[in-house]
Parts: sequence; C-alpha cells; structure tokens
Amino acid sequence: MLEIKCPHCGKRSQNEFSYGGDASIKRPELNKEISDKEWDDFVYLRKNLRGNHAELWHHIAGCRQWFKVLRNTATHEIFRTAKIDEKL
Amino acid sequence: MQKYSIFSLIKNAFSNHQNWDVVWKDPVPKKEYEAIIIGGGGHGLATAYYLAKEHKITNVAILEKGWIGGGNVGRNTTILRSNYMWDANGLFYEYGMKLWENLSQELNYNVMYSPRGIINLAHSDAQLNTYARRGNSMRLNGIDAVMLGREELKKMIPFADFSATARFPIFGALMQPRGGTARHDAVAWGYARQADSMGVDIIQHCEVTGFDIQNGKINGVQTSRGNIKTKKVGLCVAGSTSLLAEKLNMKLPIESHVLQACVSEPVKPFLNHVVTFGAGHFYCSQSDKGEMVMGGDLDGYNSYAQRGNLPTLQHVLSEGVAMFPNLSRLKILRTWGGIMDMSMDGSPVIDKSHIEGLYLNFGWCYGGFKATPVSGWTFAHTIAQDKPHKLNEKFKLERFNTGNLLDEKGVGTKTWIG
Repeated sequence: MLEIKCPHCGKRSQNEFSYGGDASIKRPELNKEISDKEWDDFVYLRKNLRGNHAELWHHIAGCRQWFKVLRNTATHEIFRTAKIDEKL
Repeated sequence: MQKYSIFSLIKNAFSNHQNWDVVWKDPVPKKEYEAIIIGGGGHGLATAYYLAKEHKITNVAILEKGWIGGGNVGRNTTILRSNYMWDANGLFYEYGMKLWENLSQELNYNVMYSPRGIINLAHSDAQLNTYARRGNSMRLNGIDAVMLGREELKKMIPFADFSATARFPIFGALMQPRGGTARHDAVAWGYARQADSMGVDIIQHCEVTGFDIQNGKINGVQTSRGNIKTKKVGLCVAGSTSLLAEKLNMKLPIESHVLQACVSEPVKPFLNHVVTFGAGHFYCSQSDKGEMVMGGDLDGYNSYAQRGNLPTLQHVLSEGVAMFPNLSRLKILRTWGGIMDMSMDGSPVIDKSHIEGLYLNFGWCYGGFKATPVSGWTFAHTIAQDKPHKLNEKFKLERFNTGNLLDEKGVGTKTWIG
C-alpha cells in the first residue's frame, strides 16, 4: 500500500488517488505553429525513468486536486509532494 | 545435440539421469558477432533461434543481464490467443498460433501447448454485439471464433455465477477454441536449447552499458564483460527498453508498469478453459498442478519494481470472486509482478530505427507471451533482411507520428481509465 501525502489533505492511502503520469511533460504553447514532431513528443514520447520520477497524481476520492509527487519508480519510495503550482 | 524422446528417457534412466547433456553452454563472449540480441527472454531467444534456422545467421550472441527466462517470460499467465479484430494484429497473432501448434515438435521440447479454448464473457447485449463484431472480423481473417449462449456456458463453466442475483449477469461469450496455454519456462528453455545447438552464444550475466555508434551506424556494444563488435543489434528487453533507449538518446512511446499475477493453492480440476471477465479486467485458468492462475489490471503507476501492491490485487481478485464465487474460499499461494512495456496505443513495435543496424522490438503491453514465436520470427526477418516482413510492417515506430495507430481496444498506458 502506498501512502501518499496530499498537499491539501495530508497522508492518505493510495486507494483515494488516481495517477496522471510524467509531470515534466509540457503541452505545446497555444497560438503557435506546432509541428507533428512536437505533438508526437507531447502526446506519446516519455523518458520513462527508472529512479526518481516527478509525476502527477489526482486526489480523486478526496479533495479532487491534482498535485505533484516525487517518487522512485524502482523502489516506490515517495520523497516529496507539492501543490500543482509549486516547485517539487 | 541429444534428441529428447522416449528412448533417450529410458536410456538415461539406467544411469539415474546423471548423464544428460547440458542444455545450453556458458560461452565467453567473442570479440565480434554478426548480430547481437539484447535480452534473453522469450522474444530474444526466439529471435536468435529464427535467425539461425530461417536465415542461417548463426554467429549470434544473446546478451542477458540476469539469467535467461527470468523476466516476463517466466512471470506471465501463459495464455495464447489470436482473438484480435484489426487485420494487422489478427494476421500477426494468427501466424503465431500456427507456430505454437507445432512448437513442441519443432523444438523437440514439450512446451505443453494446451488449446483448451479462451472464453471472453459478455455481461450485456451491447458487449455481446461488440464481441460478435470482433468474432466476425476474426473469421474473415481465418481465425477460429464462436459465439456462446448462456445455456452453453452453464455446461462449460458451471461454477461461474449464473444466479439471478449476479451483479454482472452472463449474457454469452466469444470463444476462440484454439486459444489456450503453454508452459512458459519450457518455451524459453526450448528456444535456448535449439539456438545454442545451432551455434548461438547465450551469454548470461552480461549487461549492456553502452552502444558504439559511428556515422549513424551501429559498430558494437559495450558490456559489463567487455566491448563486442557487431553490425546488427536487436533490442528485446520489454520493460527495460527505455533504459537502453536513453543510452541511444531516444525517447520511445512507452511507459513501464508493474502487472501482478498470482496463483491459488492447488485444487481438483474445476475449470477446463481460460476465462476472462467482461465487466472488468480479470482472467484465470487452472494449471496442470491444480492452481488457479489469475491476473488482471496494472498497478497503475510507472514502475520498474518487479512487485506490486495489495490494493490492486484485492481489486482484481474481487472481480474474480464476482465471476466465480467459489474462488473466495481459496488461499493465495504466490503473487509476483513483471514490468510491462506499455505502448501508447496498446500494440507493439517491431521495426528498424533511425540508426543503421539497430532494430527495435518493444511495446508488448500485457500480451507478450503469446507473441513469443511470431515476434521472434518476424524480428529475425526484419534483422536479417533489413526490412520488416509483411506480418509486422504495420508495427512501425513512426505510426505515433503519422497517426496510423493500431488502437485495438482504444486504450494506451492508462488502461485503468478506459
């Protein structure tokens, strides 16, 4: 069982959360010419790191806020969590 | 190579089975090979076997970081099927089924292929309709498919929940009678033994640490046991593909996720088929030892740990109990996890890369085991001929860029959302 500290609600069991993937992915900017390559990068390509991974989680059965988590993908250890607009 | 038969068995019984030949050797890496396959799992071993057998390329090394057959080929739920709707998938996996049917004879190794039939249960009229559509598509591609009604199913799987109070009543099912199971370890060992006998070097405990690339061409690999030269390298490392891709400055359309499976304590035979639950994600079969072999959803977050967490297991098994209520009285004997290379459209990539002499084989999601023979067969062709075979020409890496996705189920890595 993962215990995830929601930055708004505190420590809760993983059952309350849903996963949102790599937090380093940036959507191409609006109102700009966007190449297929940039869309490919954004939609499909991932670093898929082994080790510390900044990722998004959603407290879906709680406060329903998205937030950031720094977690090790090899050990599942969670180091830090942060609000969505904060630095991790 | 010693041929396995009833006669060799009797002969060796007289010497208490102490004089069998070693099944594969433990060679020291040579300085140079014609081709190198990275990853000694099912796909890597099969690729090397078909390179030697079909393309007469025998100066091949398989480099395996751990030991052969220690990854996903030894961690799956052993299911074989080709019940796909899209032509690219259906024809590919059906060719694989034909290889499975003759595999024990071909490898002279009993892979215990058991065409017991795979039954996909439907729990609504709408689901039955989509299954009928898939079944029709399969039959158009020459794949066996039959629709089953509720009354037939009562006779075939009497322990499923046919009660009036079932939360997900069984309306019918799609069945592929030739689907079934095979003994996964035997598949790895059978391919390894034959590949070894044809001159392939199986090098275990040898980690690839880097690539030697000059002018856009592969020149060799750096390993924990020294540098090895080669002009052709095939990647068959499933969940670890991104780790090698990083050394090549490539980003790939996959995420690595942990998928758990488990077996119950052994019981007397009560399930003759592979059965999948249509209202969730759960599948089970009964092994020859009597254990119920069960699996289902991913844990749902990026992971390279070959173990998962209990909430997912509880979720998956509660689906199992909804399907077969009597499972609730069984104890779980073992659970384990494997790292899935979840591609973004649910289909694999078997292709060349932008680096000359570097070939890619990844993105098998939940379904790598059944593809073992056909993946090896087509990947060997791709490597030997330097171009994809007709069977795998749709499994291109560039499809993510061009939009020609093979989205069989319309789910990608986040299957728990779909």
